[in-house]
Amino acid sequence: MIPIIVNGTPRSVDATPDTPLLWVLRDNLGLTGTKFGCGMAQCGACTVHLNGAPVRACMTPVSAAAGQKITTIEGAQGKAVKALQDAWVKLDVPQCGYCQSGQIMSAAALLAGNPQPTDADIDTALDGNLCRCATYQRIRAAVHQAARTMRG
Amino acid sequence: MDKIINPSRRAFLKTGTTLGVGLTLAFYLPVGGAARMKAGQGTDKPFAPNAFIRIAPDDTVTVIVKHLEMGQGVNTGLPTLVAEELDVPWEKIRVETAPADAKLYNNLLWGPMQGTGGSTAMANSFEQLRRAGATARAMLIAAAADNWKVDTNTLVTLDGMVLHRPSGRKASYGQLAEKAATMPQPAEVALKSPQDFKYIGKQFKRTDSKAKSNGSAQFASDVRLPGQLTALLARPSVFGARLRRVQTERAKAVPGVRAVVEVPQGVAVIATDFWSAKKGRDALQIEWDESGGARVSTTEQRDQYLALLNQPGKVARSEGDAAQALAQAAKKLEATFEFPYLAHAPMEPLSCVVQLKDSGCEIWAGSQSQTSDQATAAQILGIKPEQVKIHTLLAGGSFGRRANPASDYIAEAVSVAKATRDLSAPIHLMWTREDDIRGGYYRPMFVHAISAGLDAQGNPVAWNQRLVGQSIAAGTAFEGGLVKDGIDMTSVEGASNLAYAIPNLHVELHSPKLGVPVLWWRSVGHTHTAFSTEIFIDELAAAAGKDPYAFRRTLIQHPRLNGVLELAATKAGWGTPLAPKSGVRRGRGIAVHESFNSFVAEVAEVSVKPDGSFSVDRVICAVDCGIAVNPDQVRAQMEGGIGFGLSAALHSAITLKAGRVEQSNFHDYPLLRISEMPRVEVHIVPSQAAPTGVGEPGVPPLAPAVANALFAATGKRLRKLPFETSELRSA
Repeated sequence: MIPIIVNGTPRSVDATPDTPLLWVLRDNLGLTGTKFGCGMAQCGACTVHLNGAPVRACMTPVSAAAGQKITTIEGAQGKAVKALQDAWVKLDVPQCGYCQSGQIMSAAALLAGNPQPTDADIDTALDGNLCRCATYQRIRAAVHQAARTMRG
Repeated sequence: MDKIINPSRRAFLKTGTTLGVGLTLAFYLPVGGAARMKAGQGTDKPFAPNAFIRIAPDDTVTVIVKHLEMGQGVNTGLPTLVAEELDVPWEKIRVETAPADAKLYNNLLWGPMQGTGGSTAMANSFEQLRRAGATARAMLIAAAADNWKVDTNTLVTLDGMVLHRPSGRKASYGQLAEKAATMPQPAEVALKSPQDFKYIGKQFKRTDSKAKSNGSAQFASDVRLPGQLTALLARPSVFGARLRRVQTERAKAVPGVRAVVEVPQGVAVIATDFWSAKKGRDALQIEWDESGGARVSTTEQRDQYLALLNQPGKVARSEGDAAQALAQAAKKLEATFEFPYLAHAPMEPLSCVVQLKDSGCEIWAGSQSQTSDQATAAQILGIKPEQVKIHTLLAGGSFGRRANPASDYIAEAVSVAKATRDLSAPIHLMWTREDDIRGGYYRPMFVHAISAGLDAQGNPVAWNQRLVGQSIAAGTAFEGGLVKDGIDMTSVEGASNLAYAIPNLHVELHSPKLGVPVLWWRSVGHTHTAFSTEIFIDELAAAAGKDPYAFRRTLIQHPRLNGVLELAATKAGWGTPLAPKSGVRRGRGIAVHESFNSFVAEVAEVSVKPDGSFSVDRVICAVDCGIAVNPDQVRAQMEGGIGFGLSAALHSAITLKAGRVEQSNFHDYPLLRISEMPRVEVHIVPSQAAPTGVGEPGVPPLAPAVANALFAATGKRLRKLPFETSELRSA
């Protein structure tokens, strides 16, 4: 059994240490908001926060997260996430929607450290998050919008 | 030109009726199962006047959507049609996905099949759903008239209420629902004129943005049924290879693995969870018999295709005498164009859940073609198609991949469920990204050759095009409808109906047969025909010493095609110089193309560095899709189509060596990233014509517009996809 703290709740999961955190979240804990896209940290669909920093859960063995704090889209809270989700809805960013949990988790990490990102900052922070529907233009606009909301 | 029908996926099963486009808008409004409600069944019962609408006592209106939501916005656009004619405010609308039932929910442009594709969802629903809404509204009015003993023509509706203005009486739809269910269906209802539209054209918000921003949206990958097991399938090393022998001991020893079974498609490992199944699959020791497999190598295939360009093919179109006109032309040009195999690579890898029951089977999938999925499952299980119940969930992208006439991943999952019946567990078949990239059903590889001639004044007098590439429809249920005289319409669409007035036009096709499975890929044949024709027209303009926009403008006769061409050019400031940027060569290119009865022009602006690398800075898009039911979603589909087209232009190619696919994941099959996304501006032509599709038509003009812009910037013509930027290096 491996102890992890998921969205503020201590959990103990029955998984081999090499199991990627992604599959612990999805299969052991039923938290399916974090998505599987590639399994090799190429697409960002599985982005979660580990102690507040964005990581690709598909390449993070659960043993590396033992005893640590994991935040998924289901438990993501705070001003940045709320502002991002509101902006995502306001600008109708999603198309198929499959990548958007990961996009929002990456964007939240960006805003946590950079309250006024430029287009270039956004491109750098989100370049690891693929969107096959190419909603990128709206993602950029929505991150700016959320940043404006947060600055008040 | 108006009568040219783009055939992709909208023609009709061999055995089906031959609905032409003239008939396809004919009214067909099936009555839903709950429709014939009797009075006195209780006030909690909804009013379901037809298969598309359910009105509850709490005033909510549930619209049943027969098409798959895969990002294109059907769960928003289609309910808008009902809201308009029923006269209900948007916040009262709920959306439910229809069950699989081709009698109630067939695609009117496909014939007797339920399915989503060919950019047909809005086009085939526009009249059907408005009529559904108008019928329900008429029955609600009739109910109120009966209650209040007034004439129906003294009643009006407003935002989900029936009003009797003279007396001030009013009742909500929910209050009238039970009574309305007892009223006779009107034989005929009048539909609104476009100038009276209150909601159509006013862009409601998407119904799914919130769920897709907080992780709660449910895709097939997310289904979790009690006792469900996860299956991964080991597939043949090359397409068409067969299993020779497999050693399963090591796989079975992996903790969590519950079973290993052979199925016709390969060897399946069934486990309690994905990771155990993956480790189990990795532990299989399999020997494949490749003797009957497709040991294709792309380099040899390319040589063979190029050789075929020199041999006569089947004639797809012939007007005048192109050979003679070319021989007599004052100036002749010729060029060859190349296109690779392409994987759809939706962000959600294929997956579905199958549960066998005494009554038949239930499937949870992002089904893009419910009728063929039902037929495939039924055949494997030896049951009737109607015993296959499909729960259509959101699809995490598809782009044609889930509209496979072979229903490949459904067949795999059903085969695994059948082989593991003794486990009595729902089977969740999942594909990895490697399975997806290597799994076939690609946009076919193509080569084209075009030769054309100009007269002394620079007018094109002859156009001769030959295409080589596998048929998508051959061997499928769509063959009868899509292949005529050996010509698969989806191979030549966009070329055989060239938009330019050239008196001598000749188009030929070779359809070599190979064992690499191919499939429609967002915009199908137009993915390659728009590229070759729109670049070559640019080449002719340059050879004639004419402006590429003006050259096209003169040669296009279709007013709607010219309309978008003009609009895009105007908005892009065509003819004005681009602002110079230090250290880069800049250029602007234009392309215009009709597909799926929609018209799109795009102007691309590029900046090319000395090393040949380049960025697409801005794309100006003009679209004429008839009535834009939801203009913001039309814009979204153009933005997405442009990004999808650019992804292929910059990056994507599937290649094979000795039958093995050489790519496997996003590191060697890269997709467009946010840093590569241009600024996109979309302009919609105002129209009162019936709406046509927008899911695909944004794709075709993008790559040629960029290629033409690169020519403007560098003087180099790139005629092969994906682009090889080394050719753009400064001397």
